[in-house]
Amino acid sequence: MSKRKAPEINAGSMADIAFLLLIFFLVTTTMNVNTGITRILPPPVKKQDTKVDVNKRNVMQILVNSHDFLLVNGKPGDLSTLANAVEDFMTVHGGDNPNYPETKEEYFPELGQKILMTKGIVSLKNDRGTSYDMYIKVQDQLAKAFADMKNQASLKYFGVKYKDLIDKKKVDLIDKLVPVRISEAEPENVGGNN
Amino acid sequence: MSKFKTSKSNKEVPAISTASLPDIIFILLFFFMVSVSMRTNTPLVTIHLPSATQVQKLEKKSLVSYIYIGEPSNKALGTKSRIQLNDAFATVRQIPEFVAKERQARSEAVRNLLTFALKVDKNTKMGIVTDVKQELRKSNALKINYSTLRAKNE
Repeated sequence: MSKRKAPEINAGSMADIAFLLLIFFLVTTTMNVNTGITRILPPPVKKQDTKVDVNKRNVMQILVNSHDFLLVNGKPGDLSTLANAVEDFMTVHGGDNPNYPETKEEYFPELGQKILMTKGIVSLKNDRGTSYDMYIKVQDQLAKAFADMKNQASLKYFGVKYKDLIDKKKVDLIDKLVPVRISEAEPENVGGNN
Repeated sequence: MSKFKTSKSNKEVPAISTASLPDIIFILLFFFMVSVSMRTNTPLVTIHLPSATQVQKLEKKSLVSYIYIGEPSNKALGTKSRIQLNDAFATVRQIPEFVAKERQARSEAVRNLLTFALKVDKNTKMGIVTDVKQELRKSNALKINYSTLRAKNE
């Protein structure tokens, strides 16, 4: 009887198979990086109906209705021009232009000079029937307007873009120079039963 | 001349055995397979996030709690938007309790840094989102994040 040896299985290609699987998983995985728009909610108020007297001239009213249409300061608005409109409104214009918010001088010890600050506020009000998509789009445009203004201020005083600022003090200063003033009113339920 | 002579006395270098290579790769593979689905809540609602250009990255995942709002994945439950906290459907009233629990789970030093990320489907109406926001306000959870995707065009 001849001595028979069971043939050895070639395991060389096993690595390739495992590699294929590995690469498949590597590609299909989304290491879900969480991104989003961060906002700080106003602290809860004890008393209801606290009327804050704000000069009408200082407020830019943005309304979003249940059909996702915009009303900016009483006129129909458009999403594509919203960021520019907000920027224009919040920028200090020389003289006492009644179309723009009031201004006041504030002293910044870091800069050693007085700077004219706007008193403008952006007021955002939406309907309960507004879609979340539209709401985020509006928020995004507002964020864009303020980010642009911060960039401008940063370029003006430090010569670099806002996101390239490393010094925490400088970042804080720019945040103080360009405060994100967005007020969110309680929504109304006009056109929707949601 | 060595004393120990091999039978054939060939001078060829023996081939490196690659038999253990698959094992190494398999270990890598298993690591990825396991780590991928490590900490995700089973979503009970379908969520297609809206996209935005001005997005920030959420740092420190351990300091983020998620609130999901969207239509139930199970069509039998209707199409009305529902809130999901952890692994179950919830109502707006359960949010203060959820906030308290999430705070309790963190050490005292970082409790104030807790961010609540709202993962909301883009077709949701703002009504329910506002209710959630009001509850968060009442529970003093003021730092929120609207989860969005990064839009392609800047």
